[in-house]
Amino acid sequence: MSEQAEGCVTPSTGPILDIPETLEASPVAEKEVSMTLARVGEPAPDFELSAFHEGGFKNVKLSDYKGKWIVVCFYPGDFTFV
Amino acid sequence: MQSLGVEVFAISVDSRFSHKIWQETELSKMVEGGVPFPMLSDAGGKVGTVYGVYDEAGGVDIRGRFLIDPDFNIRAMEVMTPEVGRNVNELIRQIKAFQHVFATGEVTPAAWEPGKPTLKPGPDLAGNVWKEWKPEEQV
Repeated sequence: MSEQAEGCVTPSTGPILDIPETLEASPVAEKEVSMTLARVGEPAPDFELSAFHEGGFKNVKLSDYKGKWIVVCFYPGDFTFV
Repeated sequence: MQSLGVEVFAISVDSRFSHKIWQETELSKMVEGGVPFPMLSDAGGKVGTVYGVYDEAGGVDIRGRFLIDPDFNIRAMEVMTPEVGRNVNELIRQIKAFQHVFATGEVTPAAWEPGKPTLKPGPDLAGNVWKEWKPEEQV
């Protein structure tokens, strides 16, 4: 993976979803994205986010890890108590 | 986790800069070398929304944990409000159970641990589970 220039903002896509072309331009597309897609027994929604790992920054894309067991842990915030 | 061949990703709405500082100032003091897995930055909670864990009022992703198998399907999820921390032993138990199921096609009954009896699903098993598995095994 190529090193990115260290700027303040690194574009990363967020959720990667299959939105049909006809819907893309319309307001309905916005609503599609805010639906909950993650269900047990269904494929995991893909995404790409910027990350800190091993002392550096990089973009992480979930589908790059397809073929392995993955645990995704959401948590409210850094520096929180529990 | 590495010994089970599992990739772990932590995600919060905090920026990658915040992750860096948290790792350097606090986590590396709690855990030798800090946490070894990537800490992802879900700005705006967009990925949290798609996974059903984004709390709009608080502007944070609540405590949700998803286990995904090598075919990219979600096998298990556990979502809790932020006051109570997770139990990693249960996660490890689930990973071992799902890995066993994924590899063998058998199913694991309640409270299964490696070494305990599993069940081979099929029409013959219906009505005969009592021969193979006892509820006392749960405790």
